[in-house]
Amino acid sequence: MAILKEGTKAPDFSLPSTPDQRVSLSEFLGKNVVLVFYPADWSPVCGDQLALYNEVLPMIKKYNAEVIGVSVDGIWCHLQFEKDRKYRFPILSDFEPKGAVARLYGAYRDHEGTSERALFVIDGEGIIRWSYLSPVGVNPGADGILDALENLKKDN
Amino acid sequence: MSDSPKLKIPVSKDDHFQGPDKAPLVLVEYGDYQCPHCGHAYPIVKRIQKALGDQLKFVFRNFPLAEVHPDAVNAAKVAEAAALQKKFWEMHDMLFEKQTNLDVESLGDYAAELGLNVEKLNEAVGTAAVENRVEADFEGGVRSGVNGTPTFFINGARYDGDWEYATLLKALKAELAEKV
Repeated sequence: MAILKEGTKAPDFSLPSTPDQRVSLSEFLGKNVVLVFYPADWSPVCGDQLALYNEVLPMIKKYNAEVIGVSVDGIWCHLQFEKDRKYRFPILSDFEPKGAVARLYGAYRDHEGTSERALFVIDGEGIIRWSYLSPVGVNPGADGILDALENLKKDN
Repeated sequence: MSDSPKLKIPVSKDDHFQGPDKAPLVLVEYGDYQCPHCGHAYPIVKRIQKALGDQLKFVFRNFPLAEVHPDAVNAAKVAEAAALQKKFWEMHDMLFEKQTNLDVESLGDYAAELGLNVEKLNEAVGTAAVENRVEADFEGGVRSGVNGTPTFFINGARYDGDWEYATLLKALKAELAEKV
């Protein structure tokens, strides 16, 4: 299954960010969104990737953009992980039904039961403007995201 | 190597470098003084420099991960401030050798040990010029696809391989063979 490509409407979703709060993609209309699917909390590569986005957040925000992380880990796992790593963006739990949102974006790995390492840049109207599927073991960095946001700015 | 991200900020005279300016091999490291992996890479790079001699130019740029390493940004600024007193590499080496103690007080001790004017150094650390330098390194690194620390670039292309001594040396020698 291929990940959703640029030009596609980003499927809306609502997932828990804490035990009693949910975050919906539609809340971000009018803003650009960097949607980050990653396979699992605590694995060293993910930590590095999200840690990088945490540091790069001020650069991303300059493009009127917010970062949202998504994995299939449960919400209590996310809470510990966020607290430990001091992430300043929400990470959402695609836990029940497992991987439902990852599947909507074509970013689910059936065999492993986790999401892919996939990036989507979604514009203020909810259209995917850039997507990238990274090999699971490779930290894709932030250059692709920033290039995509830069192109978005030029187009508008 | 053709698909790997490219260095967006070319190596220039503003960079801190060791080795001949026109060396056929240019190794750029984006590093963080408080990052244990960079600490591990530090003696490896030294050995690589020794092995390749005049064929290698080594450049160090700042990529402090402030959230994970609370002392990293300040350490980077101290090294840049030491550069203004022509002691960048002395401070760079000191910081990696003492990377588990990078609190403000220790940094002052290291500066004194290196014979720096500590008062001047502290003044420089607080300036916009030094802060901007560290930030510009970081932003340029992000743009070039730096995805963690250390990240190496060999002649402008990101090196994604293992960077233990034997493998990194082999990669550099392979690049050299291609050039000649």
